[in-house]
Amino acid sequence: MNGEQRDPQAGTVDGPGAARVPRPRTAGGTGLLQIRDLRVSYRDRGVPLPAVRGVDLTLAAGETLGLAGESGCGKSTLAGALLRLLPGNAEVSGEILLNGSDVLKMSWGRLRAVRWNEASIVFQGAMHALNPVRSIGRQIAEAIVLHAPKSSAATARKQVGELLEQVGVPAWRAESYPHELSGGQKQRVMIAMALACSPQLIIADEPTTALDVMVQAQVLTLLKQLVQERGVGLILISHDLSVLASTCDRVAVMYAGRIVEQGPGHRLFADAAHPYAQALAAAFPVIGDMASRRAPRGLPGDPPDPRELGGGCAFAPRCPVAVAECVEYDIRLRTVDTERSAACVHVGVPA
Amino acid sequence: MTGPSSGAGAVTRRPSRLPSPLFVLRKCGAALLMLAFVVVVNFFLFRVLPGDPAKVFAPRGRNADPEALRELRERLGLNDHWTVAFGKYVKSVLSGDLGVSFSQHAKVTDVIMDRLWPTVLLSGTALVIAAVLGVWLGARAGWRRGSRFDKLSSNAAVTFYSMPEWLLGLVLLVFLNRYGIFPTRGMNDPRSTLPAWLDVLWHMVLPVTVLAVVYVAEYSLIMRSSILDERRADYLTTARAKGLRDDLVMRRHAMPNALLPSMTLFFLSMGFVVAGAITVETVFSWPGLGRLTYDALRGPDIPLLQGLFLVFSAGVIIMNLVADLLMPVLDPRVRAA
Repeated sequence: MNGEQRDPQAGTVDGPGAARVPRPRTAGGTGLLQIRDLRVSYRDRGVPLPAVRGVDLTLAAGETLGLAGESGCGKSTLAGALLRLLPGNAEVSGEILLNGSDVLKMSWGRLRAVRWNEASIVFQGAMHALNPVRSIGRQIAEAIVLHAPKSSAATARKQVGELLEQVGVPAWRAESYPHELSGGQKQRVMIAMALACSPQLIIADEPTTALDVMVQAQVLTLLKQLVQERGVGLILISHDLSVLASTCDRVAVMYAGRIVEQGPGHRLFADAAHPYAQALAAAFPVIGDMASRRAPRGLPGDPPDPRELGGGCAFAPRCPVAVAECVEYDIRLRTVDTERSAACVHVGVPA
Repeated sequence: MTGPSSGAGAVTRRPSRLPSPLFVLRKCGAALLMLAFVVVVNFFLFRVLPGDPAKVFAPRGRNADPEALRELRERLGLNDHWTVAFGKYVKSVLSGDLGVSFSQHAKVTDVIMDRLWPTVLLSGTALVIAAVLGVWLGARAGWRRGSRFDKLSSNAAVTFYSMPEWLLGLVLLVFLNRYGIFPTRGMNDPRSTLPAWLDVLWHMVLPVTVLAVVYVAEYSLIMRSSILDERRADYLTTARAKGLRDDLVMRRHAMPNALLPSMTLFFLSMGFVVAGAITVETVFSWPGLGRLTYDALRGPDIPLLQGLFLVFSAGVIIMNLVADLLMPVLDPRVRAA
């Protein structure tokens, strides 16, 4: 079966009323989100294709984490796994602790209560992520009413108006349908929808990719502002390292389902340690920097086919500085300095 | 611009759920034009039919004496030049008079009205049952593609879809006649002790079942494929991520989108409801328009056929108009186009 993971209790248990659970506020040290050794593989005619191969990440409330990498490196799979939204052929293992409880072990009823209420997603390509035949107001109100069933239609409507105004969309737009909005407005509506239940964690999956540069800047400013005002944790996924560097406290670069480098955003862009992160940073010329403009370097080749991942470093075949060791040993994250780590033989000592 | 100020000055431009008056006017105009076209074609179509109505409807049939035949032709207007006949025809159609039936010696409008109700009752009931059941079956099968339910209902649908309705009717007729539970002929039984409406209902069971079984396959197959198209849509992932239960994701989000093709089909079939199901009405001796058409064709009873075809065409055109006007209400994207 290749549909979404099925809810075996669908229709039998709890109405929307059960979706209300006491929301544990984050305790100081534990962090909002802790991902431990997350692995996801898609089963294709019996053969497992690894998409995420052992990822560890933490995120505190009020922190912004960037997730970078080429298409197909496992970013969106990782995002989908956080709320168990992957198709039925995905096999997920590891731990995803959201406010201390493991998302992967939750019952369906509990999971439904957690979805959107504790963590929400701003989906990639808002054009398709909104239902074309329902007004955007109804789509936002749906989430509000679902997680706070006592709220009346009138309060929900008022809240929808406030949410829209907050993201810079006029409140009367609530009655509009997705096709009546511009791309930027749709993306804003998605953000308003993600805020509807005041979650502590927001996952923004390529929120600006389809937008022009002006609108992109507006959306990013909006996201940054929300993190500051509301103290939510934000995971920002993008293939554009320059966007992440300017927005995020920390950036993790993914390659072939693994994190190959992690560190503060600005440093990762300026002097990356892992050759892949260097290549990714170099792919975007820095405005005002003549040297980078004259020599924008691309990276030849494509990310590896998950079927053909051998024992060595996944990046070795494309790596300009690969040595014999790279093909032989599987290199895990090593400490570069106090705030950075990278998975490369050329850096530091094994973490 | 999408900036925060974009709404200023545009507050009055509220989107409306209703199609614009111009749109309605245009669609109505197009429908009227089509009806006019049908009226014209209708006239010439039956002029070229083979057979001599006079011979069929003369009291002594083919052996009638030539003098009587000539007189009959004169009376039926068969000797008029076509331009004269056409003028007369258009004039009478416009005044709501469809002429007098050759065979039934009654006004065509009366003959048709008598038979209209049984046909609408039979085909309409079957259609509504089929649409509701088919949409439900198809949606459920498509949503859980590959499940046992899907395999069973899809295979059954293909089987019934490919089966001619008269064959199914005959099979039911032969098997059930043996037990005599359900009546197999006509619409009511004068000897029945049941109340009239119950008697009609009782007589409807078999023909409605046959028609519904055949129609239901169509709806379930179409609904299944449109649900399959929607199933991977991104907005369904959004709905799931919001914490909606799986059945609500389907009912609230997948269904409204997937229903659109079935709605179109429904209104198209509604147009054909008045035409009835000639074969099923014949098999079960149902006194509807379908059987009336069959009888009229044997004449040919030209005024009656003309009347019937006009009613059938009008049915299709009107239902298409309804569908056209309703679509913008159901699908906001059509409204914008």
